[in-house]
Amino acid sequence: MTATPETAADPRDRRQTEFEDNDQKPIGFGRMLRKEDPRLIRGRGRFVDDVQLPGMLHLAILRAPVAHARIISVDTSAAEAHPKVRLVVTGAMLQEKGLAWMPTLSNDVQSVLATDKVRFQGQEVAFVVAEDRYSARDALELIDVEYEELTPVVDARRALDPSMPVIRDDLEGKTDNHIFDWETGDAAATEAAFAKADVVVTEDIVYPRVHPAPMETHAAVADFDRVEEKLTLWSTSQAPHAHRTLYAIVAGLPEHKIRVIAPDIGGGFGGKVPIYPGYVCAIVGSILLGVPVKWAEDRAENLTSGSFARDYIMRGEIAATKDGKILAIRTNVLADHGAFNGQAAPTKYPVGFFGVFTGSYDIEAAYAKVTAVYTNKAPGGVAYACSFRITEAVHLVERLVTSLALEMGIDQAEIRLRNFIRPEQFPYETKTGWVYDSGNYEETMRESMRIAGYEELLAEREEKRARGELMGIGVSFFTEAVGAGPRRKMDILGLGMADGCELRIHPTGKAVVRLSVKTQGQGHETTFAQIVSEEIGIPPADIEVVHGDTDNTPFGLGTYGSRSTPVSGAAAALVARKVRDKAQIIASGMLEVSVDDLEWEKGSFHVKGDPSASVTIQDIAMRAHGAGDLPDGLEGGLEAQICYNPENLTYPNGAYICVVDVDKGTGEVKVRRFIAVDDCGTRINPMIIEGQIHGGLVDGIGMALMEIIEFDEWGNCLGGSFMDYLIPTALECPDWETGFTVTPSPHHPIGAKGVGESATVGSPPAIVNAVVDALYPLGIRNVDMPMTPSRVWDAIQGHPRPPI
Amino acid sequence: MQVTMTVNGTEVSRDIEPRTLLVHFLRDTLGLTGTHWGCDTSNCGVCVVWVDERPVKSCTMLAAMAGGKSVRTVEGLERDGELDPVQRGFMECHGLQCGYCTPGMMMTARWLLDHNPDPTEGEIREAISGQICRCTGYSTIVRSIRWAATHENSSSIESPETAGSPS
Amino acid sequence: MQVPSPFEYERAQSVQHAIALLERLGEDARVVAGGHSLLPMMKLRLADPEYLVDINDLREELGYITVEGGEVRIGALVRHADLLADENLAALFPIIRDAERLIADPVVRNWGTLGGSLCQADPSEDLTTVCEALDAQCVITGSSGQRVVSMAEFYRGPYETAVGEAELLTEVRLPIRPGGASAYQKVKRRAGDWPVAASGVAVWLDGGTVTDARVALTAVGAEGVVDVSDVLVGATPSEEVFAAAGALASAASAPVTDSRGSAEYKRHLAGELTVRALRSAVERALSSTP
Repeated sequence: MTATPETAADPRDRRQTEFEDNDQKPIGFGRMLRKEDPRLIRGRGRFVDDVQLPGMLHLAILRAPVAHARIISVDTSAAEAHPKVRLVVTGAMLQEKGLAWMPTLSNDVQSVLATDKVRFQGQEVAFVVAEDRYSARDALELIDVEYEELTPVVDARRALDPSMPVIRDDLEGKTDNHIFDWETGDAAATEAAFAKADVVVTEDIVYPRVHPAPMETHAAVADFDRVEEKLTLWSTSQAPHAHRTLYAIVAGLPEHKIRVIAPDIGGGFGGKVPIYPGYVCAIVGSILLGVPVKWAEDRAENLTSGSFARDYIMRGEIAATKDGKILAIRTNVLADHGAFNGQAAPTKYPVGFFGVFTGSYDIEAAYAKVTAVYTNKAPGGVAYACSFRITEAVHLVERLVTSLALEMGIDQAEIRLRNFIRPEQFPYETKTGWVYDSGNYEETMRESMRIAGYEELLAEREEKRARGELMGIGVSFFTEAVGAGPRRKMDILGLGMADGCELRIHPTGKAVVRLSVKTQGQGHETTFAQIVSEEIGIPPADIEVVHGDTDNTPFGLGTYGSRSTPVSGAAAALVARKVRDKAQIIASGMLEVSVDDLEWEKGSFHVKGDPSASVTIQDIAMRAHGAGDLPDGLEGGLEAQICYNPENLTYPNGAYICVVDVDKGTGEVKVRRFIAVDDCGTRINPMIIEGQIHGGLVDGIGMALMEIIEFDEWGNCLGGSFMDYLIPTALECPDWETGFTVTPSPHHPIGAKGVGESATVGSPPAIVNAVVDALYPLGIRNVDMPMTPSRVWDAIQGHPRPPI
Repeated sequence: MQVTMTVNGTEVSRDIEPRTLLVHFLRDTLGLTGTHWGCDTSNCGVCVVWVDERPVKSCTMLAAMAGGKSVRTVEGLERDGELDPVQRGFMECHGLQCGYCTPGMMMTARWLLDHNPDPTEGEIREAISGQICRCTGYSTIVRSIRWAATHENSSSIESPETAGSPS
Repeated sequence: MQVPSPFEYERAQSVQHAIALLERLGEDARVVAGGHSLLPMMKLRLADPEYLVDINDLREELGYITVEGGEVRIGALVRHADLLADENLAALFPIIRDAERLIADPVVRNWGTLGGSLCQADPSEDLTTVCEALDAQCVITGSSGQRVVSMAEFYRGPYETAVGEAELLTEVRLPIRPGGASAYQKVKRRAGDWPVAASGVAVWLDGGTVTDARVALTAVGAEGVVDVSDVLVGATPSEEVFAAAGALASAASAPVTDSRGSAEYKRHLAGELTVRALRSAVERALSSTP
């Protein structure tokens, strides 16, 4: 990145010799090593492409080379004649079985294989099944498709021009590329607030199209057993149960005859929530051939057809008094959804949780309007750790607040401190109807400033500015809403977002807990054992966590939107308490006292006032299964199940400070320091929390400096490889500095809020704010993401190039 | 064509198409699925193995080109059931989350420590700069490698399977 | 992951054997060394040779770095990692280490070769620029013997070199001249990315005055070496002199706007990086004179 190979004293030329003790072996919360690691560090993980079954064949998908075209003809004869090809399927063939189209998670439909038209470059057109993956790839070149190219709709700003072709002419009566309009807040009250304001700042902020790009691409192995008429599907799914139900509804297979197994998953970040056409193709292939069929997409397929993220073109306005008190925030958003509305958000939330764009501030009024349009691009929109569009909302408000601060000459941290929701105001209902559960924003912000050495940084910046050097400090404070969600409000295609959990204690006091959620690296096999351990006193090593297989786990909606801890974690804690309650009754029989005479000390019950009269949970477990009577009305065994319907979302928050240096001659941005203080409520495993934060902070560097899925004017996707879609390496990242505060969620059984997406939400605006701050002396007010060296330099010269 | 090579100390011989990539040979032909693949353009590095004692992106080498050479994969990091300090370091310091990039990272780490037993943070970041992790943020990977550097000669105190059990 | 279409594989036992294979197999045969240019293209099916001739076993014949008769001779099969590590090269031609540290990434550098990079002749190839700045000569071997060509003759344009069918680039020669120093400056969007732009310079000083200077550019559409003799030769190095040379470098550039950057930005970088490279090279030259 930097042009100078010789470096002066590099702050990273240090050697760490002291290490945090992560092996504290807590019974419950605390630092412990991960239970999933022993297999992963031996290369013994089981990812979908590792699955090898006898007789397994390989599927490859032929994809559209152009963005918008009518299909005139499809000739598969040469492919069918290939000696190693066993099956070729086209859209027309699927159409006959009623499988050419499938519902999306947003009440739209999308093609499995194109029938009439192709609507984005990379769209699925046909598939082959062959003996090995190399032959399958060869056979694709033998399929001859004739296209009649149509004008592509690429610029979202022009999608609604009457001159633009209608992309979704498959939808009855569709005469334009409009999907929906949505609004929230009070337009009139907001207008009134703006009218009386002393200062109004307006910013055009583009959040470009980016991609979750997990290191493992999407894959599936479908194995339809003709005798049992049972389908077993290994797939890279963050929501195995939801997928199973949807396959049953869409494919007409009886649900009890479908088993979805999500084994080890190499990163999901929301991109592995949707059902992809490739999975459906693998299922069809296996049903038709009666043997296992594997589909494993390559990286180009992943980047060009897998769910994208963001692509929000936002105009934001913020109004304040002359004392820097924010009165109102208003925004108009153009949302590019691609060719199908495949957004993976709760169905009643067409813009996800964008409504939290009012941020962490106590303001008088707010209003947002979002217009969503179709374009000839891949579908998606909700992915890449966005907490359902909260990345967009937070980026908007944090850019506006910093712009306001810079405009008014008020320090970025100071203006936030003046406007934060105060602790006594919680639970706080925002002007858009969201009820934030808890927070101590000032404490969190000040902790971040303390770790950063904020005053010293300000002094250093002044000194550097006097020398003409471009140093910038960027602040971002976010509140996000996670843990979807209360079933009366939140569902995905009618499936309520409540999750189950089952806990069973074995006779010898070991346990198994079965989850409805599915980790893709977040460490559930460890943290959920810790949650149960905290309640029941059995060591985490003695608690097996089962997840990912619909045949042996309870129903739930899966892992995304940081919902695992808030929803499934609550379920795990509550089901453990249920088991503990039963254990207490059994203990009362063992100790021959009444239930109320017992006290719990993690792992055992003892008689109040007589600690020597005690029984351990292991003793109780054996008693529960043993000979002899149990207390009246009690059945044997020691297990329980629960379905947890969350009362509300949870609201993790954090204060981020970023320090950058910009090379004026080249436009290169160096992120020198990044301080992240997060409040995710009760902390289950600090080591894992820190890992989640670090991972999200890299996302910030990626999106802020280099990641973008671009298209040319013909709709060709220019971000279809890792040569073009750039993800940060270790050299672009500083050594992260993290801290925490703890403000438990009052409605969550263990007070935990979830943290998986916090850093991805909070970091991009911190970095952009830092660069804008650095360039402020040059009169620059905004630089669009990604802030590549060219884009920064072009902005410095006075002719910025917006990304789209 | 017939290709013969030594993999993790054992000679193997298979009949393959010349175009078979080394990563597919290891995973699909030999069943050593610890080495992964993640891109089309030799950028991501989840496929890193050693060929003749040097890390290489196995997606960018033909199995035929590795013929007559010695290959070492993540499965060959442990010796006689004893984990390599690099493997222990990654567990001790939370250097992995989903585990997909981890085998490649560890192979590069092992090579680095063999040639630079006391690397700085900057040298470690440089060494892994051709490999992408989407989960960890890299700081814990740096720590994991530093841990291995400072624990090369300490024996395994306990088996990692007991992670989480009381002392 | 994408995979190549079928081909036949041959392994060369010697340079002569490799040439004989290329002659026999004809124009549908390609040589593979490190393979990190060719194999990615084959996986994407942008290249489709029928035969691959693997020359990686020719380390003894082609894997050397020696000093002979006032020049450094580097075998074409030398890997990037070895060019980077060689202390002798770093002392004689610091531009090589400057460039190699920023070429691709450490793992790719283990296998990519000098010869492979020069023969790929990508307009974004750093080593082409380095060799131009150092006034390298290229030794091309065929069945009828060897010929030695200058870099200007070797590099004919994007993806085109003077190496003919049934020929191999076997050696690169770098003249050693007293009083010289060199440097490379490069901007890329991220570690491992192709350059947005780069500049490689070599200067020779005598008694504090520049006696010769060579400037070459990467990825900005400049053809060959930039003629900076008017502003540098005979001059005492100064910021004004560097700026003038930078202006010539910018003027010699004809970049295109793409996702790496705007044409205007790249043209600016041609100048800015030339200035920085000259600063660095001159400082090295002055600090090494007694």
